[in-house]
Amino acid sequence: METLKFILPAADYVAVLPQIILVATALVVLVMSVFKDLAKASLIGHVSLAGSALALAAVVFTGSGGPPFSSFSGMVLTDRFSFFLTLVICMIIVLTVLVSLNYQKFYENIRTGEYYALVLFAGVGMIFMATAGNLILLFVALETMSISIYALTGFHKDQLKSGEAALKYFLLGAFGSAFLLYGFAFVYGATGSLDIIKIASFIQTHPQILRFKFLVAGLVLMTAGFGFKISMVPFHMWTPDTYEGAPTSITGFMATGVKAAAFAALIRAILVPLAPMQESWIPIMWLAAVLTMTVGNIIALAQDNIKRMLAYSSIAHAGYILLGFVAGTNIAQAGMLFYLMAYAFMNIGAFAVVALLCKKGEEFNSISDFAGLGFKYPAVGLVMSVFLLSLAGIPPTGGFMGKFYIFTEALRSGYVWLVIAAGVNSVISIYYYLRVVVVMYFQPQAAGNQISLAVSPEVVVALAATATAVLFMGIFPSYFWSLASNSIFSLM
Amino acid sequence: MSDYQSTYLTLSAILFAIGTLGVIIRKDAIVVFLSIEIMLGAVNLAFIAFSRANQSAEGIFMVMCVMAVAGAEAAIGLGIFVFLYRKTGTINIDKFNLLKW
Repeated sequence: METLKFILPAADYVAVLPQIILVATALVVLVMSVFKDLAKASLIGHVSLAGSALALAAVVFTGSGGPPFSSFSGMVLTDRFSFFLTLVICMIIVLTVLVSLNYQKFYENIRTGEYYALVLFAGVGMIFMATAGNLILLFVALETMSISIYALTGFHKDQLKSGEAALKYFLLGAFGSAFLLYGFAFVYGATGSLDIIKIASFIQTHPQILRFKFLVAGLVLMTAGFGFKISMVPFHMWTPDTYEGAPTSITGFMATGVKAAAFAALIRAILVPLAPMQESWIPIMWLAAVLTMTVGNIIALAQDNIKRMLAYSSIAHAGYILLGFVAGTNIAQAGMLFYLMAYAFMNIGAFAVVALLCKKGEEFNSISDFAGLGFKYPAVGLVMSVFLLSLAGIPPTGGFMGKFYIFTEALRSGYVWLVIAAGVNSVISIYYYLRVVVVMYFQPQAAGNQISLAVSPEVVVALAATATAVLFMGIFPSYFWSLASNSIFSLM
Repeated sequence: MSDYQSTYLTLSAILFAIGTLGVIIRKDAIVVFLSIEIMLGAVNLAFIAFSRANQSAEGIFMVMCVMAVAGAEAAIGLGIFVFLYRKTGTINIDKFNLLKW
């Protein structure tokens, strides 16, 4: 009897080296958590930090050069787009672990191996979403990420709020996945393949299929499914609840990592292979972009809880990024990537500051808790102001440059009203971001409210790195811009 | 499009609609989750019908993956339900309003 042999060339393993490192670290961490002595010494967090930093180094040293290629029978695509997203996601993982190392001082349960292992597994899912060349892998990666994050959302076992957030995220997330899958089924039915490159070439050689109702149904359902993940209005209901109830270190991870991975998958699975269908999605996405921005910004105005406010702000930011989706040109897609990178830095930074305002087993999330922080802790106040100004899109920050690239390209593609709506929205958003800055600097600390920050070296590194990156992206955007645009032009 | 394919696709669409309605109408978290499972079943049926029509095995692989993932999802979901039931004694989703929907 002949046996089936799988011999993979070494290049295949190099293509998934960061993922291998992350999974190995996660497994080591899980085993470590069995031994009580190791668990006590916060060694687990530092091992996961070392592992994720190693993965980041692996991305930097293996990724950028060379022609694009696919490995594992077309399952994994290695091009500059994968490199860019893998880089961003690995940085997000490292920053999340750094923030968690400080956050675990307030919560015993964060110190466990499960927590760090789940973060790393979720990170692996995100990376595979950005590098998937096949809808099967895309789906499995999406669920690897989502299931890990459902568990992380409910990680505060003593808080009902956390469990409730997990319930809502789980039910709506699974609901969204079902839509996404039904969309995949229709695309498969129409094109006869689940391989993204084969789908693209089939559509190019059979243009008559564009009027085929299966493909249109697939497009609509896939957009709805991804809409849940990127919290596009009207699929955004879970976002504020989940962001508020989840541990703060995880909220920053969710807001940046999940969004980056979902937008990457959106570009890979819809924007590129289904590009000939652009005309049919532009009106829908136009409306969705305007609604997403407006709903996010208007409701954010009324929030007193900073995590909830940042949740609505993240909905609004998804709307700005969708502008690039509507414009659809290569430059606009590069703008989306640039924005995702800038957004990752500024949002993780902002949530890292929020995660500082804690006491043993308690979080201080009200905006009034920030009163007087600016003078009591000048450095923390300063970096928080940088993050908030960047979120508001004020120069010289990365947030401003991201908006600049996306808005100008949308304008060049002729969507004047859309850009006007986005501009008005940006102006509205300045109000609620600056409100926090005003509270930090111009409101005296309430008498009974003595919050003292416990700042550990890890979180100092995280804050310094994110603040520097935000400013660097604003002042010298050309390096990051060429990274983002190269990655789009090499898209397979 | 052959006859059997349209039959199965219609059945799949009906199942998907039943599942969606269930998620929207029902209030018990477990029933909501079961409705999601019905939706996934509808998806699997569609994949198998298309797989037969396209004469390709990819759809079947996808069904395998969907079933495995649905199992993992059930594990985590039931874990969350048990946690909430221990805390509050109910898993009626209307009862959870600590956070505004």
